[in-house]
Amino acid sequence: MVQVFNSINNAFCSFFGINSYVQGVIVLMCVNIIAVLGMSVLTGFTRLFSFGNAGFMSIGAYAVAILTVRYHVNFLIAIVLGAAFAGLVAYLLGSITLKLHGDYFLITCLGFGECVRVLFNYTKKLTGGSAGFPGIPNYSSMLFAVLCAVLAFFIAWRFIHSKYGRNLTSIRENELAAEAVGIDAFRYKRMSFTFSAIYAGWAGALYGGYLMYIVPASFNLAKSCELITTTVIGGLGSLTGSLFGAIIVTLLPEIFRGLANYRMLFYGIAVVLIIMFKPSGLYGYKEFSLKRFIANIKKLFSGRKAEAGKEGAK
Amino acid sequence: MLLQQIITGISIGGIYALLATGYSLIYSLLDFSNWSHGEFAMIGAYVAIVFSNILGTPFLIAAVMGVIGGAAISFLSERFAYRRIRSNGAPNMFLMIAAMGLSNVFQQAANLIFTGQYRSYSFKLPVSTIKIGQAYIGVLDLISLGITAVILVVLIYLINKTKFGLDVRAIACNQKAARVLGIRVDQSIATVFLLAGSLAGTAGILYGMKYNVFPTMGNVGLKAFIASVIGGLGSVPGAIVGAVLLGVLETLVSAYISSSLRDFFSFALLIVLLLVKPSGLFGVDVQDKA
Amino acid sequence: MSKEITAPVLEMQNVEKHFGGVHAIDNFSVKIEQGQIHGLIGPNGAGKTTIFNNITGIYAPDSGKILFLGKDITGSSPHKVAQLGIGRTFQNIRLFSNLSVMENVIIASGMDATYNMPQALLHTKKYTEREKHLQDKAMNLLEIVGLQDKAGERANSLPYGHQRKLEIARAMALEPKLLLLDEPAAGMNADESKELVEFVRQIRDRFDITILMIEHHMDVVTNLCDYCTVLNFGKTIAVGTPAEVKSDPEVIRAYLGGT
Repeated sequence: MVQVFNSINNAFCSFFGINSYVQGVIVLMCVNIIAVLGMSVLTGFTRLFSFGNAGFMSIGAYAVAILTVRYHVNFLIAIVLGAAFAGLVAYLLGSITLKLHGDYFLITCLGFGECVRVLFNYTKKLTGGSAGFPGIPNYSSMLFAVLCAVLAFFIAWRFIHSKYGRNLTSIRENELAAEAVGIDAFRYKRMSFTFSAIYAGWAGALYGGYLMYIVPASFNLAKSCELITTTVIGGLGSLTGSLFGAIIVTLLPEIFRGLANYRMLFYGIAVVLIIMFKPSGLYGYKEFSLKRFIANIKKLFSGRKAEAGKEGAK
Repeated sequence: MLLQQIITGISIGGIYALLATGYSLIYSLLDFSNWSHGEFAMIGAYVAIVFSNILGTPFLIAAVMGVIGGAAISFLSERFAYRRIRSNGAPNMFLMIAAMGLSNVFQQAANLIFTGQYRSYSFKLPVSTIKIGQAYIGVLDLISLGITAVILVVLIYLINKTKFGLDVRAIACNQKAARVLGIRVDQSIATVFLLAGSLAGTAGILYGMKYNVFPTMGNVGLKAFIASVIGGLGSVPGAIVGAVLLGVLETLVSAYISSSLRDFFSFALLIVLLLVKPSGLFGVDVQDKA
Repeated sequence: MSKEITAPVLEMQNVEKHFGGVHAIDNFSVKIEQGQIHGLIGPNGAGKTTIFNNITGIYAPDSGKILFLGKDITGSSPHKVAQLGIGRTFQNIRLFSNLSVMENVIIASGMDATYNMPQALLHTKKYTEREKHLQDKAMNLLEIVGLQDKAGERANSLPYGHQRKLEIARAMALEPKLLLLDEPAAGMNADESKELVEFVRQIRDRFDITILMIEHHMDVVTNLCDYCTVLNFGKTIAVGTPAEVKSDPEVIRAYLGGT
């Protein structure tokens, strides 16, 4: 099964002359897109903040690694199970912690993420501990990863543009008012939390299949921060924004290799400036639409012309 | 043996307390946890390194400069970032995100300027120990504990007995009403940031003396954050109690169970405690009003 | 007259609520029959909004009972109360500010969105039908409150008076049997509040609902309410028609500063 996918991928890539470096970048981009979409639903649409999503990524990654390597489960089934397991853990965790207010919820998420990492380090028999888990089949070919990212975006889009997304957004806007119109805020917050964990697990599973080797340290607090950072840069409350955000954040350090060391410094500055001056980010509260984009460009040009006309009249 | 561990624990807890009280003070005024607070400690520690190791000043001057450094960066964060975000009327989550961004910036900047190298103060640290009964207690721990205790007593005096403390408590109760009553809210908030920053700077130097100075040392802020949550967000005495509890627990777990599971136990304690007491030990239950 | 003896729409029996040592409401009872407009009046801090918050489940009362159409709803959570058919507005308007006017109303008709997750993801016929229905219903409600032209605008871009109307439209999307209005005429001038009186009466007649409202404008209360309850420091000091209440000596004392 893995071979079938990979040979199609190889045929495709050699036909279009896509080298393995570019393939790798695209796979990582897809991993980020999926994880960031999950964060976007949670933070951008529900205004819940989680420093624990890297933990859910590692749960997905390790579940799939263990299922495929130890039990020889088909990788597609393993990915579904791994993502679902991350979701289940989030559902249970959310059931107890989402009743806590604001920062109290946040610190339990953070604590959860760190606990997972420490546990994976500690349970050497199951996970290989800090030495890592080797030998994961390389199922994350470029085509497969792109397919996953497209599917993830499609599902997130329809989820957000149905009553589910609307209800989440109403909680973001005003929780008390949402309750007053019959929305069970707790249940929807838990749904949002579970959704984001499933996406994180999915992304983690792809990540493991790409590197073929995972260590707990890759899923640390800094990774969770990076996911939030990317979501904010892309724009809170916009799926297309998150998509662009994830693409930009993955590509920029690859394009400007020399500046890779300054990467997190720039992202940090970007986040602070965005929150200060345009908290909705690149595409906040709005989805990208080609129609509006063209209309805006037209407006820009006609505006310029009008300006020029005024200048001329003077 | 046990006594020795407990004293070490309290001493570490004291360093956490210096930071945790900062979290609490800022939370009580602004309802947000200043995520970058730990970096103020790191910056304070590095400023002291620059003065003592590079400029070669006596350690006391270096330490004072470190404290000022922590206070300054804290004040600047408030003045140029947080105040502007507050004036936008943004939800508190945005302050938190900005704080996370700042934390990244400070940590990365330190990494670029000073590299990831572990540095220690050129000042000769007292490494000797005192024997009390069966236990050997580090002089450094005792000094650190003493400094911390004095500072915390002064802090509690400031909050409970001075005009400044009264203003701060009034703002914490009701910012709008305080403003109407003529309390200079922005000025008081800035002063609290200065104060919290100087405590953080002190914590950074003490921590650096014990464990060296390195760019990611600001992560100690996380421990302090946990401590302030255990104590109840916004409660200064709570933060101190939480910090000491956490310090002792960590030392005991490291000594008797496993040092690699230390953080696991801290977080587990936190989560279990919040399930029993959702607003921490001394926290007030917040209710959204219609 | 009535075909059968029905329970009152809302009945509160000896409801008490304290905050610390303060009696926010003290032994409060009220009975509101189908189709009535009942006013809650009293000086600031008299406990009016606390009564709303008790009915809608934001806080549970310390003691006493709240019955809605004969069903005990004491201590139910806010969303359950809303789903049963109690809609409300807020003293300081609480709209979904960054969402469109239309979305504000659609969200409140959530109970009509009976599709499930797979149907939403696959856009089945049921999903499209239901979504269409929600749009139509929302548009209909917006027409009733006169905001049909603003459907696509952001809720927080509306002028104040329109925001109040939108909040009422949103509450109406629940198809409530009881509507709680918290100071609907606050910040309105004489003409606007006259228009509001007309508007609230129309809604009552058209949808045959019962209304409990908090109001400070005595002219609004006089023109609109069938009965009213006057509160002072959590205690009920008078009950009756607006005319009766206005001439009650204790009410006059409370309002003119006897305490």
